[in-house]
Amino acid sequence: MSTSKTRERGAAIDIRDATKRYGKFTALDNVSLHIEPGEFMTLLGPSGSGKTTTLNVVAGFTDLTAGDLSVGGESIVGVPAHKRNIGVVFQHYALFPHMTVGKNVAYPLTLRGVEKGERERRVKAALDMVKMADFAHRYPSELSGGQQQRVALARAIVFDPPLLLMDEPLGALDKKLREWLQLEIKRIHRELGTTFVYVTHDQEEALVLSDRIAVFNQGRIEQIGTGRQLYDEPATLFVGKFIGESTTLRGKAETSGDETGLTIAGQKIVAKEKLAGGETPVILLRPEKLSLAAAKAPITNGQNSLAGQVSEAIYLGSGSKYQVVLRDGSIAVVRSSLEAKPFTIGDEVDLRWSVEDSKLLADDDRADMTLT
Amino acid sequence: MNQTIDTTTAGGSDPRPAGRAASEPRRWRLADYPSLLTVPAILLLIAAMAYPLLTIVLRSFSEPEWSLQNYVWFFSTPVNLTVLARTFSISAWVTIVCVIAAYPYAYLMTTVGPRMRLVLIMCVLVPFWVSGVVRTLAWVILLQDSGVINSTLKAIGFSSIRLIRTQTGVVIGMAQVLLPFMILPLYSVMRGIDLRLVQAARSLGARPALAFLQVYLPLSLPGVFAGAIIVFILSLGFYITPALLGGPRSTMLSTLVQSQVLSLLNWGRGGTMGVVLLVSTFVLLAVAAPLMRQRHKQASRS
Repeated sequence: MSTSKTRERGAAIDIRDATKRYGKFTALDNVSLHIEPGEFMTLLGPSGSGKTTTLNVVAGFTDLTAGDLSVGGESIVGVPAHKRNIGVVFQHYALFPHMTVGKNVAYPLTLRGVEKGERERRVKAALDMVKMADFAHRYPSELSGGQQQRVALARAIVFDPPLLLMDEPLGALDKKLREWLQLEIKRIHRELGTTFVYVTHDQEEALVLSDRIAVFNQGRIEQIGTGRQLYDEPATLFVGKFIGESTTLRGKAETSGDETGLTIAGQKIVAKEKLAGGETPVILLRPEKLSLAAAKAPITNGQNSLAGQVSEAIYLGSGSKYQVVLRDGSIAVVRSSLEAKPFTIGDEVDLRWSVEDSKLLADDDRADMTLT
Repeated sequence: MNQTIDTTTAGGSDPRPAGRAASEPRRWRLADYPSLLTVPAILLLIAAMAYPLLTIVLRSFSEPEWSLQNYVWFFSTPVNLTVLARTFSISAWVTIVCVIAAYPYAYLMTTVGPRMRLVLIMCVLVPFWVSGVVRTLAWVILLQDSGVINSTLKAIGFSSIRLIRTQTGVVIGMAQVLLPFMILPLYSVMRGIDLRLVQAARSLGARPALAFLQVYLPLSLPGVFAGAIIVFILSLGFYITPALLGGPRSTMLSTLVQSQVLSLLNWGRGGTMGVVLLVSTFVLLAVAAPLMRQRHKQASRS
């Protein structure tokens, strides 16, 4: 199977200036999102951020207050859900309890008037794809959660929709099963070439699965990009904190040339960036860019240093993770490799990192909302 | 249970008297015999159900002498058979009217907000708390030839219709009295149906009407059956409403039993009618049972 050929089976999605209001509450605020044919796009965000609303709008379960939505180049605003030909996988499986697995998967084909022989062939192919062919005569209540979700996936792809929507499909499953099914979903996406839109609040899951991720917060998209872009170059403080682990530093700021300096508890640190005027700068640091040194150890050129005390030391096998309380009371998270000198709780240390690794962002109180 | 006897310390410094567990009889506890909790209910059932029922069955064979005379009489008297058939047909109509009236009502109860749901539940329960006699008398006022319905019909230019002392009147009155028995079981089943199943059906290509017929309706049928059985069986034995709203052409079996036992003091024939009704109900349930057996377990809401 050549990639370009299978990708033709997926449909492009265009969401333009989509707004959805429930009374005074704005669930979606002017959201625009373009998804390429065959792309795996994840809508990531905390609960109530608008990601599920977006999915429901595309599925046809919810109408937009304003804006436009097109799939495969044609506007589907006002088209009822049953005429959209979009596969949907729900968090709680939504298998029909009064039908066997085989009947569940055959249901969309029966509705489309596919004749019996062809129907049976396609049901078997879909169940084969999710490795559930031996269970066709069982009822959903006789299956485990993971098995039910695989059947739900088979049912959503059996009619070859150009677009598959998944609403936290692994949310109700335990971690091991979730990790295995993530790889299964990735494989199925590769084999089908269908456009996948996947909703989750789990940033690790988003990183594992997606070609690109759209990060939602309070009804808006904060940033769209690959996992690497979101992690290395977050556009907002919210994205920086939501994706992966991070340390944020705040202090008295001054700009000189292209550099921004921050004074924290009497110590000055530098970032090789500057913000547009009027915004309060915050420095965001990734744990693997940080290192610990014994207090007052000599500093190499181009490094920042902040004094602190180790408050937690966790051995992870592949390395160690430390929490360091800085002089201003903020907490830094550090990951160090096995070769690095180990520290224990209570050690006075200097937190070190390269000036280039200081990511300067505008402070934003919306980034501090509790994450689910 | 920390009463195992340690033989190595017996007679030693252990302060526990040796063999305490054996010498002291174990205290009798109700918790060890949970089935005893059903004794009051069983005694009541024996006294109020089993004993009278047995008496009636025996007397249907034994009065005035031991033979099948009463059953021969019952099945050879056309009026008895007519009334038996009518009892079943009126009960069937009442059940149908209740299903049709209760289904949308119970569905509405599952979709509205909590406050509106309370109002709807009260609307069901308040008439339930009013005695059946009072409600039936209210229907007399509404249905009689000079009653509210007929005077309204006349006022807007229609000719009056006979409602009281007709089977229609009896069905209307009984359906109203029995409606809560249909709504409540239906509601409890419908409340457990995940509405996302209907959404799923729609995403798979089903028109809203089809999604309802193929997904929601089959899942709600256990509630329909449960309510229908209760309503049907209660209808079979209804006495007050048919007696007050019905006429000679809508007599039900309970009225015949009443006249045999209380007016003619013929306990044998009265008992026979009761036994016939009971047995035919069982036969009907046995025939209907395979229809109601669920092949799937209801999906529990997580």
